[in-house]
Amino acid sequence: MAKKIYLTVLVLGLTFSFSQPAYAMHIMEGFLPIKWAAFWFLAAIPFVFHGLRCIEKKVQEQPSLKMLLAFAGAFAFVLSALKLPSVTGSSSHPTGVGLGAILFGPTPMAVISTIVLLFQALLLAHGGISTLGANVFSMGIMGPLIVYGLHRGMVKAGCARNVAVFLAAAVGNLVTYLVTSLQLSLVYHEAGGITAAFAKFAAIFAVTQIPLAIAEGLLTVVVINFLMKYNLTELQALSVLGKGGVNDE
Amino acid sequence: MMNKKMGFLVLIIVIIVIMPLVFNPDAPYDGADGRAVDAIKEIAPHSKPWFSPIWEPPSAEIESLIFSLQAALGSGFICYYLGYQAGKKKGKDLA
Repeated sequence: MAKKIYLTVLVLGLTFSFSQPAYAMHIMEGFLPIKWAAFWFLAAIPFVFHGLRCIEKKVQEQPSLKMLLAFAGAFAFVLSALKLPSVTGSSSHPTGVGLGAILFGPTPMAVISTIVLLFQALLLAHGGISTLGANVFSMGIMGPLIVYGLHRGMVKAGCARNVAVFLAAAVGNLVTYLVTSLQLSLVYHEAGGITAAFAKFAAIFAVTQIPLAIAEGLLTVVVINFLMKYNLTELQALSVLGKGGVNDE
Repeated sequence: MMNKKMGFLVLIIVIIVIMPLVFNPDAPYDGADGRAVDAIKEIAPHSKPWFSPIWEPPSAEIESLIFSLQAALGSGFICYYLGYQAGKKKGKDLA
């Protein structure tokens, strides 16, 4: 099984080595009209507040989780800083929110993503303040929701832990950029309509992001395994890894 | 066994990252932001951003300084935490 995955990864990677140039990142400052910017802020705010409450509750129940939460935040911080060459000939970066979503559930990552995106918007002119709501929505809400849902579903269905973690984190990374495509196509579309514009943006985004999504999925597996090895009690307290999952491998 | 497996995964990650540079060495690998603007201009030629960044890094050097600061801060904490956990477990196993 494991060997098959490795092979698939290599084949996929090679396939995409020869694709067209493209781009993939957060939505730039000022590129969403005010009403859309406001819309995404309104959509994101409840999740961020839920995330804050969720963090508060978890830390109160078990104060030692604070460190693990900071670890998940640091992971997202590092990965969003790493602009990696993609096989399409341009650079993009992973989001790193999959790990935290698997450990803490989806909404705490809305809080962490807001911090990361604010840092990049204020100090790096990457993303933006006016587009913060939209970018939090894609990276901090939809991505983590999908990661969390997929991971829980696969663990429940009896999937091996590593496979569940890999697929959830990789797909979550892709979903973030699909949501970004959707957000852009809602604003910028031609006569072909939103669907055509989405297809255009998504085709560009997805292809650039696929190898990076695979890399992020694999890295998340490595980190989760390291945590399992040294930090079992806290992970069990979070009870997210599945009861049977702890002992396999 | 476990460590070998994880080492193998890390190797694949490295390959994924390096591969484009090997197979497609002449690509620009430029930042995404500019290209995104081009694509939007293509769809909506008259669109203009209505808000610009409050502050921008004055040069590519300063930008990379801040990016590496971001990565350094994050990985600094990550390594501290992982080392701390590994040491804690070792201490427990010895006791």
